[in-house]
Amino acid sequence: MSIAITTQIICFTILSLVILIGALGVVLLESIVYSAFLLGGVFMSVAGLYLLLNASFVAAAQVLVYVGAVNVLIIFAIMLVNKKEDLKPINDIKSRRIISTTICLTLLSLLIRVDLTNVWSLSSPQNSIGEESTIRIGEHLFSDYLLPFEVASVLLLMAMIGAIVLARRDVMSKDISTGLPVDQELIEKSSEPLLTNKN
Amino acid sequence: MDLQSIPIQAFLIVSSTLFCIGIWGLLNSRNAVRVLMSIELMLNAVNINLMAFSSYVDNNLIQGQVFTIFVITVAAAEAAVGLAILLSLYRNRVTVDMESFNLLKW
Repeated sequence: MSIAITTQIICFTILSLVILIGALGVVLLESIVYSAFLLGGVFMSVAGLYLLLNASFVAAAQVLVYVGAVNVLIIFAIMLVNKKEDLKPINDIKSRRIISTTICLTLLSLLIRVDLTNVWSLSSPQNSIGEESTIRIGEHLFSDYLLPFEVASVLLLMAMIGAIVLARRDVMSKDISTGLPVDQELIEKSSEPLLTNKN
Repeated sequence: MDLQSIPIQAFLIVSSTLFCIGIWGLLNSRNAVRVLMSIELMLNAVNINLMAFSSYVDNNLIQGQVFTIFVITVAAAEAAVGLAILLSLYRNRVTVDMESFNLLKW
């Protein structure tokens, strides 16, 4: 990348701050809608980090797939299940919070210690391919990673069919219990949920 | 070509912190949609890790970038199926509270 070192460091600092503060916001904010939009910001900043690492193709894929597909899907899910409900209080919530926070902080300190103390065998920057990474990714995908590439297409097909099967409503012409014809309007009627009174 | 200007440790620390934030959110969220968002955060942390190693340690063959592409693919499939499961759960129990999904608890 042909940007001056100072500019790179400034970009990296800003992007990491946006990523970390945005991620904290995703986890901690009360409103789930704010969390979803902050998640989009985090995804965009991660794409910026990829650009700093000379990976323009992966950055574009990140923006297209994460911001364009996953984030929109999450916002749609929030829209479909958005119901104000007052959650039942849990009595041992405080001890749970303490335990989980301790676990996370321990894991974080462990990971950061490994990051800082290990000696990474960095390769020399001379033989870096730099801006031509897209060409190299294409070569990989159609030579030594051909089988995973094809399996990924089958996986996407399976995920698509599975999502349709799971999320669709069963539409029948007759009601099973009464035998009367069912009106098939698009607006969902208030029907008796199957499992609510079990709990 | 001055890729070594930012130390690799900086990228690794960002990705470790993001991963731990994701785990914390996964363990502490009551809303099922937020749990899915935390999983996406953790996957992104892993991707940052892979990309940093691919451009600092393996900067000629960049196999880490190919791995990242595959992780992005699997994450998209996971998000689609996860949200479909969430919708059908919501249709049956009329809540997204993680504490009320206890059918497998004994």
